[in-house]
Amino acid sequence: MIEPEYILLCLGMGIVTYIPRWAPLFALSQRTLPRWLEEWLDLIPAAILSALILPSLVTVGEPRQLSLWNNDLLVAVPVFLFALRTRSLGGTVVLGMALYWLAGKFLG
Amino acid sequence: MTDKTTTAERTSILKDGIRAAWPICLGYIPIGLAFGVLAQKAGLSPLAIGLMSVLVFAGSAQFIAVAMLGTGAGIAAIVATAFTVNLRHLLMSSAISVYLKGLHKRWLSLFAYGITDESFALNLVRFREGNWDWKRALTVNHVTNAFWVASTVIGGLGGALIPAHAFGIDYALMGMFLCLLVYQLRGRLYVLTGLIASAAAVIISLVIPGNSYIVTASVIAATAGLYIRRRWPRIARGKGPR
Repeated sequence: MIEPEYILLCLGMGIVTYIPRWAPLFALSQRTLPRWLEEWLDLIPAAILSALILPSLVTVGEPRQLSLWNNDLLVAVPVFLFALRTRSLGGTVVLGMALYWLAGKFLG
Repeated sequence: MTDKTTTAERTSILKDGIRAAWPICLGYIPIGLAFGVLAQKAGLSPLAIGLMSVLVFAGSAQFIAVAMLGTGAGIAAIVATAFTVNLRHLLMSSAISVYLKGLHKRWLSLFAYGITDESFALNLVRFREGNWDWKRALTVNHVTNAFWVASTVIGGLGGALIPAHAFGIDYALMGMFLCLLVYQLRGRLYVLTGLIASAAAVIISLVIPGNSYIVTASVIAATAGLYIRRRWPRIARGKGPR
């Protein structure tokens, strides 16, 4: 049994999550963008990926605290170097999992 | 941009999409299971969990929603929180729009549903490399969506029985993100932008709770990168790693 309020909650969350996904796609893909905006958007992926990755490697807990010695970070170093060298997505994912598993076993 | 695809083409689109999507699918399994277990503990049925995963399809917002439900928060508060947590998709949707020029609005609207941190990063790299189109990208979106929905429901059905942290699977998405970041470092300017974003994100994340650091740091870094490109074009043109 699902309560009506719960359905309302999911619908509400769905709508506010959909709008930021939809509006720029809808607005921007139908026109030619000014050069500066194209150049700015071109830098966004490198920026977003860095902003997603680094805090989850060097901070722990809630509220977050700086941590420069943890398994996530230790594993990330060789995995990143491996990715730079091989540029293999599948290989990087598998190596990351293996090293993370080993780190959990031996470093705790 | 019509639907006149032959069966052979359709198979190849599906194959390419699935082949590209596997790291995301793998990464979604532990997160989806964990979400399902938590949601079940908060009193949600597997059907209710599936409903949320289908309608929302956003991991972090769903985790927060379940936590807030546990504290007795109201619908408005949870919806408002989901909105702020997912504002980062504005940037991703903008960046990917460059590759979906002129696509029919109906398909754009369907595509928008599947934009996540993961599908965005993966599709963007593929688009730039070439040999990628909106149909393959859409396949990635929907295959990963199916994995997400299924993992959360399975978690709600009895995820506690599945051993957590098996085979380092928790690291699958981090591994993927690291490699996708490497693909983005196509020149010195991108490396500088990434470094600025990293530093800004770490600092902001330590000072401000929540995940607003993603958007703030990305905007700061891309703007700084654009400034560098204009002010010091010689520096900006330098080569990246390899």
